[in-house]
Amino acid sequence: MASKIVVGFDGSDSSRRAVDFAIKIAKARGKTLVIAHVLEWSPYSFLTPNELEERHQRRNEELQRAETALLNPLVEELSDSGVEITTVLKYGHIAETLVKIARDQEATHVVIGRTGHSLLESRLFGSVAGSLAQASPAPVTIVP
Amino acid sequence: MTSFSKTAGLAVAASMWSAAPALAQTIDEQVNQIFANSTGWFVNLIFSPFPGTSFPWIVMWLVVAATVFSIYFGFVQFRTFGHAIRLVRGDYSDPDDAGEVSHFQALATALSGTVGLGNIAGVAVAVGIGGPGATFWMILAGLLGMASKFTECTLGVKYRNEFADGHVSGGPMYYMTKGFAERGLPGGKILAVMFSIFCILGALGGGNMFQANQAHAQITNVVGEYPGWITGIVFAGIVFAVIVGGLKSIAKVTEKVVPFMGVLYVLTAIVILLLNADKIGWAFGQIFAGAFTGLGVAGGMVGALIQGFKRAAFSNEAGVGSAAIAHSAVRTKEPITEGFVSLLEPFIDTVVICTMTALVIIITGQLMVDPETGLYMVTEGGMIQTVDGNSGVALTSAAFSSSFGWFQYILALAVILFAFSTMISWSYYGLKAWTYLFGEGETKELVFKVIFCIFVVIGAAASLGPVIDFSDAAIFAMAVVNIFALYFLMPIVKGELTSYLDRLQSGKIKKYT
Repeated sequence: MASKIVVGFDGSDSSRRAVDFAIKIAKARGKTLVIAHVLEWSPYSFLTPNELEERHQRRNEELQRAETALLNPLVEELSDSGVEITTVLKYGHIAETLVKIARDQEATHVVIGRTGHSLLESRLFGSVAGSLAQASPAPVTIVP
Repeated sequence: MTSFSKTAGLAVAASMWSAAPALAQTIDEQVNQIFANSTGWFVNLIFSPFPGTSFPWIVMWLVVAATVFSIYFGFVQFRTFGHAIRLVRGDYSDPDDAGEVSHFQALATALSGTVGLGNIAGVAVAVGIGGPGATFWMILAGLLGMASKFTECTLGVKYRNEFADGHVSGGPMYYMTKGFAERGLPGGKILAVMFSIFCILGALGGGNMFQANQAHAQITNVVGEYPGWITGIVFAGIVFAVIVGGLKSIAKVTEKVVPFMGVLYVLTAIVILLLNADKIGWAFGQIFAGAFTGLGVAGGMVGALIQGFKRAAFSNEAGVGSAAIAHSAVRTKEPITEGFVSLLEPFIDTVVICTMTALVIIITGQLMVDPETGLYMVTEGGMIQTVDGNSGVALTSAAFSSSFGWFQYILALAVILFAFSTMISWSYYGLKAWTYLFGEGETKELVFKVIFCIFVVIGAAASLGPVIDFSDAAIFAMAVVNIFALYFLMPIVKGELTSYLDRLQSGKIKKYT
């Protein structure tokens, strides 16, 4: 079985560049690609009673939207790249969930785009790239 | 939650009469009169005392139920307390269910509906009349009430409606109809309709008018007198934006700030207790002594007991049925897990937050003691003499401000936010009862929401004493119907409990983390 590269994709330009970069490596080294999209979610956030009631419905809608608006068009576009592609769609803290996906898929490489926050913002709130680099089970490449 | 003092409400009413124009005054008086004449019998029925005593039977009804559930489920509130905390932490949640309503979220939302005026003002009334001893009985009622919550919330999740589009509707009206049908009992539908009617009335009254009224009273305390309808319009506008306009941002801010306020309140209380650490032993001594002797309060030991029980029930709503609506949206394969989680609610609300309020009032020496006899000095109205003659919110405010002067502003803000979040929660409970009676549909729901907003203005503008009394009576009427149903349905919960605990013991139910 070919080893896997996990690439985080959120629809942004930099994450698109990360996908292109990952495709290049996958082609060159005969690896397969796992495109991961994480919907930011905390089980400790606060919701109104109305939001609670509709949560299950909204979740289905959000998953559907991510599938049809983000992942499917991308997979379609990359279909002639010659690289075997699978997708993963999950809810959670972005860096933590990417780490978990990389572990589950036994990935040998993780690629993400840069979010482009200022140094101060990253200092204050932490960055996905920073936390991922600290916790990832495989080498991480951050694409500018 | 709802009422803390008829007298305080009336006092606010009196101050508003003077500010209101003459025409409005006569209209208000007429409304008052008609309302009082037609609903007085109902209020008297719900709050009537046992013959020859001053003990309202409804309080006994709630406490007896809580005791029965505690014994029947083998004191589930103590046995599964640790498990409940692990459930809230998400130890037993399937990671693949991320994005669904978690136990924590269901609990937090239910709490923001119950934590409110009852914790701040209600407790002040309890110790202001019943003395420190009332605290003991309040804690006891809170601990027992955990079993009532456990019972109703388990049933709420078990018998909720799940619709094809994925949204859920739950609450006592659903377990009354479905649960009774399942057990082959008649009358479930009648109970459900009765419950729904009381729930709508309670939502418009205690969950709305009373909150708007007290929020206005708090604002005028800080900025000075001005007509209540202005507060009413502003509040109604915000509530309208949230529940009709679907403006999530305001609700989101409130939902974030309310827990923060709750934590800040408890932390400040703890700091005040630490500053007076040398008196903590004395305070507990007063609480225990007062619980069994009364220490001179009106009605003695029984007076302390009534006040403690009453305020605990008013504050945590255990047995009322509202929590069963709030908790029913959680995503779980085991309805009973939400029952475990919900039993934390009276604990946090009553045993922690209410007790903090009581301790701060006692320890900061707000209640005056006769130095010769060691007994509390009681005024002619039956209230304990306080340092500045305060009662209700003002007493709590004075107690906290005696250590930190700025806290009165934080407290005013907290009261307003708590009132707002309670209104949002009760608008939802009322809506669920409404849709149970009239069916789901956007127009039908809009009708209720508009009515709800109108009542915000009425509640803030004219403090209609009898209307508020009636609404409180309606909330407790919910408990009459709800607990009646719970007695018939508790064997179902028992079955779930035994099965779940067996599987937990045998390791069939696993932790994910």
